[in-house]
Amino acid sequence: MRNTWIICSRELTSYFISPVAYVFIVIFLALAGGLTFFFGKWLDRGQADLQVFFIYHPYLYLFLIPAVGMRLWAEERKSGSMEFLMTLPISTSQAVIGKFLAAWIFVGIALSLTFPIWLTVNFLGNPDNGVIVTAYVGSWLMAGGFLALSSSVSALTKNQVIAFVLAAVICFIFLMSGVELVQAFFRAWAPPRFVEAIAELSFLTNFGDLSQGVIDVRDILFFLSVIAGALFVNILIVEIKKSS
Amino acid sequence: MDKLLEINGLTKRFGPISAVDNISFSVSRGEVLGFLGPNGAGKSTTMKMATGYLSPTNGKVSVCGYDVLHSPLEIKRRLGYLPEGAPLYGDMTPNSLLNFVCDIRQLNKEKRKTGYEHVVESLQLERVLHQPIETLSKGYKRRVGLAQAIIHDPEVLILDEPTDGLDPNQKHEVRQLLDRMSHSKAIVISTHILEEVDAVCSRAIIISQGKIVADQKPSMLERSSRFHNAVGIRIEAENSERCISLIESIPDVLTVEIVRNDDELVEIIVFPSNKTDILGSISNSIDEGGLKVLEMYVERGRLEEVFRELTVGGFEVGNA
Ligand SMILES: Nc1ncnc2c1ncn2[C@@H]1O[C@H](COP(=O)(O)OP(=O)(O)OP(=O)(O)O)[C@@H](O)[C@H]1O
Ligand SMILES: [Mg+2]
Repeated sequence: MRNTWIICSRELTSYFISPVAYVFIVIFLALAGGLTFFFGKWLDRGQADLQVFFIYHPYLYLFLIPAVGMRLWAEERKSGSMEFLMTLPISTSQAVIGKFLAAWIFVGIALSLTFPIWLTVNFLGNPDNGVIVTAYVGSWLMAGGFLALSSSVSALTKNQVIAFVLAAVICFIFLMSGVELVQAFFRAWAPPRFVEAIAELSFLTNFGDLSQGVIDVRDILFFLSVIAGALFVNILIVEIKKSS
Repeated sequence: MDKLLEINGLTKRFGPISAVDNISFSVSRGEVLGFLGPNGAGKSTTMKMATGYLSPTNGKVSVCGYDVLHSPLEIKRRLGYLPEGAPLYGDMTPNSLLNFVCDIRQLNKEKRKTGYEHVVESLQLERVLHQPIETLSKGYKRRVGLAQAIIHDPEVLILDEPTDGLDPNQKHEVRQLLDRMSHSKAIVISTHILEEVDAVCSRAIIISQGKIVADQKPSMLERSSRFHNAVGIRIEAENSERCISLIESIPDVLTVEIVRNDDELVEIIVFPSNKTDILGSISNSIDEGGLKVLEMYVERGRLEEVFRELTVGGFEVGNA
């Protein structure tokens, strides 16, 4: 636990030393804002809620989160610092979880910097702030799911571009697995039970309720188990790669 | 003697290549083992397996009695490791990196203070403590790498080319540092600088294509060189022919090689048969012939030449 935290805080500090963090935050805020105002026509709707703000989050994350996650292990492998890190007296799981947590907290910080839009909606009307808090938490959980998937993909390669593309594809599959297009693809060859199971894995479906303020424990558990499962795979990949 | 590092039948294959092929050796407290071999011989790969960073295809590593596969953490606690090229977190400063290492290694306040002060002083890091590592020169990066490897005063030190890229003063400092630490630790260093082996190592292992081809004291290795006990002589050019024919008539002399020959000066190396000591008989016969030499010295043997013979030929010397 102690080591996980030390690694996490080291990583977190290094995010804010580099300009990458600020670039990411600015792009995230610009896109989140832009989508809400221009595509969502938030102000024109005349409703005091953040529905159109959260509705774009899955798509925003689809390429922004792999951009955060791609470097987690690929960069470490490429620069060789992994050899330094992994010969310190820490376990693989401490390293994997520590690095993931740092990235997740970083995304959380970026997400929380969208607070002006929350203030604005409170200025303009009387929103249900409970709904908004639930949606924020749901969005952060979903980001965690994408991030854990990206992190484990990143452990596969030392090439960040490959890590990014692969992660984006895998995130896309998880995001869209409930959508008719993807379902049709699986229905063509897979047994119906499998197709149903795939649909259950959809980030879109699971985020849907949360983003509307409906607290369903199953949705929360879903994201937490995606995170846990992906990090478990991440640890395995790092371990297996030792003997390659 | 307690063996702090034991390596048994270690093998690593990358696909079809055997990078390390059934290597066994052990290092005791107080020993400094020099790990030599041509590029691609498998030195770094062996070291990576010894630290647990890579898993061996076959074989066993134990550090202070702990097996690397079963108790990796116990091993990593007792080990200091400088990876090849000293890759570190470039965005950190040496100060923050060393503090991070102290945190992870859970050094108490006192050990942390002495460790930190010791490495900063002995590796002369004061000047760069607060500069990002990626902006440091190669030699300084290496020194920071060394600093993180020794800050916790580990029992076993594994250093992959520790003096690579250091200036002559720093090389000297690092060798002295290794010397001071050697009595309480087992140290393995890999190097391409053979004089370093002479200077700091109590034992040398030469590997070639993943196999050990020699495992001996450096002085013993020198003895297997054909230069061992050869006598070098510098003479004035006008006397050279007489001198050479005089020396050639000594019974124990095998051959005489001329290594330098210009207008004023001739330098020859006299090889004895069976590497016997021939200095006495040479100086006797020179005295008797009434000749004057400018300089005369006995060769101890040349590691470089032994190294070449062992790693280019297929020739093998007996193990110690
Ligand atoms: N990850 C890897 N994949 C495939 N082959 C590898 C890998 N790492 C090392 N090798 C091969 O293993 C062999 C030994 O490499 P190693 O780095 O141990 O050599 P070395 O003795 O340290 O050489 P140098 O003196 O150049 O540092 C080389 O042939 C190298 O190409
Ligand atoms: Mg090497």
